Amino acid sequence: MSVARFWRKQQNRYNLIGNQCTVCGKYFYPPRGFCPVCRRDGKIVEHQFKGTGKVVTFSIIRSSSGNFKLLTPYVLAIIELDEGSRLTTHLVCDIDKVYIGMPVKRVFRKLGEEGSSGAIFYGTKFVPA
Amino acid sequence: MVGIISYGAYIPRYRIKIEEIARVWGANGTEIARGLGVFEKALPDMDEDTITISVEAARAAMARRKVDPADIGAVYVGSESHPYAVKPTAVTVGEAIGATPVMTAADYEFACKAGTAAVQTSMGLVKSGMVNCAVAVGADVAQGEPGDALEYTAAAGGAALIIGNDDPIAEINHTCSFTTDTPDFWRRENKPYPRHGGRFTGEPAYFKHVIGASKMMLEKMGTKPSDYTYAVFHQPNGKFPTQAASMLGFSMEQIKPGLAVTYLGNTYSGASMVGLSAVLDIAKPGDRIFMTSYGSGSGSDSFDITVTDVINSDLFNRDAAPTVSDLLADKKIVDYAVYAKHKGKVVMME
Ligand SMILES: [Zn+2]
Repeated sequence: MSVARFWRKQQNRYNLIGNQCTVCGKYFYPPRGFCPVCRRDGKIVEHQFKGTGKVVTFSIIRSSSGNFKLLTPYVLAIIELDEGSRLTTHLVCDIDKVYIGMPVKRVFRKLGEEGSSGAIFYGTKFVPA
Repeated sequence: MVGIISYGAYIPRYRIKIEEIARVWGANGTEIARGLGVFEKALPDMDEDTITISVEAARAAMARRKVDPADIGAVYVGSESHPYAVKPTAVTVGEAIGATPVMTAADYEFACKAGTAAVQTSMGLVKSGMVNCAVAVGADVAQGEPGDALEYTAAAGGAALIIGNDDPIAEINHTCSFTTDTPDFWRRENKPYPRHGGRFTGEPAYFKHVIGASKMMLEKMGTKPSDYTYAVFHQPNGKFPTQAASMLGFSMEQIKPGLAVTYLGNTYSGASMVGLSAVLDIAKPGDRIFMTSYGSGSGSDSFDITVTDVINSDLFNRDAAPTVSDLLADKKIVDYAVYAKHKGKVVMME
């Protein structure tokens, strides 16, 4: 990923900044340009997610490449945030402890880096709450 | 009066026992652990570093009190393990607590006292009215060369203090410093591990400065050790702070609550501030806290602190973030091989 491309999404990744349609009340993470339900009638406002949620489903990654090679085995999970939006994320927990419905909360972690002399990317991962 | 508005600490979950490190080097672990007064030390997860630790500590402080991020006019992070040689840790902390862009920021380095140097700068800016609040962090992912004496204690962790004028949970009555040019410990540019003067790190370094700053403080305030409820000293191991306390006339009872090093190790820039956090976790209004940090090179910063009623008021929620003992209790013990992987000693193809 390019440094500029990461930087543009930095606030979303650091602070779980998404948005909400105030007409139907739906929350979006990552943020959406318009509401898929209300379409042209929707009204989108910025929303910072609380950072709590639960595991919808997960997969245990035992073989990976690049930045993730050293992290194996690790849990990749779909998390439903309490406000209602879903995201795919790294869940930092013992692989034998994870289960569907597990309550989780956000943490600030290193997401990757461009080699030992490149930029380091930070953002949100989740841990058991 | 200027003081601590809120505080937070962070310690990674992983621990290695000192005996396990000794096993790898064929040393007597029981003897080393007892000699150091350290039994386990914290190490970072694969994706944790000084930036992530600083952010977590700062967010814990923000969780305990409703501080408007726009009121934070400065963020300073003290560490000797900033992930970048050039690009400040403090800007990422500022961004991650929503305090950017109207703020000043910088990283500090002064071996193990860079965190308290950040506290002093923050106090100056708040007292002068230049900023409303400032965040001062001390955090490290400490490095010790494998097999070197430092490896037994070099640990990961940190703490953040929010300094401000309005309704502090603890007033900082005074701060003073004792600083000289002393070559007891250093790390040159581009070198992964620090070097130290062995026995030289004790008498002319740690003790001279810690005792020097502490005596200055007692003299200036006209106090004696028994006037304080708690005392926190920089804790590179369990032995040095205990000795310094007894040389000054503080009791074991006064220093024990702030002696986090026993099952944490030396978190360098985080050390005295994590100790202070452990004391604030249990402090009651009216308690008086004495704190002296130490950084090689060398210097000590001393603080005289009085806890206020605000710590028990609706303005502050101590339970909104984990205490130092909560953080120490939530642990996973690993062996040396996993430790080596976590510390980046397992080298992969790029
Ligand atoms: Zn809508």
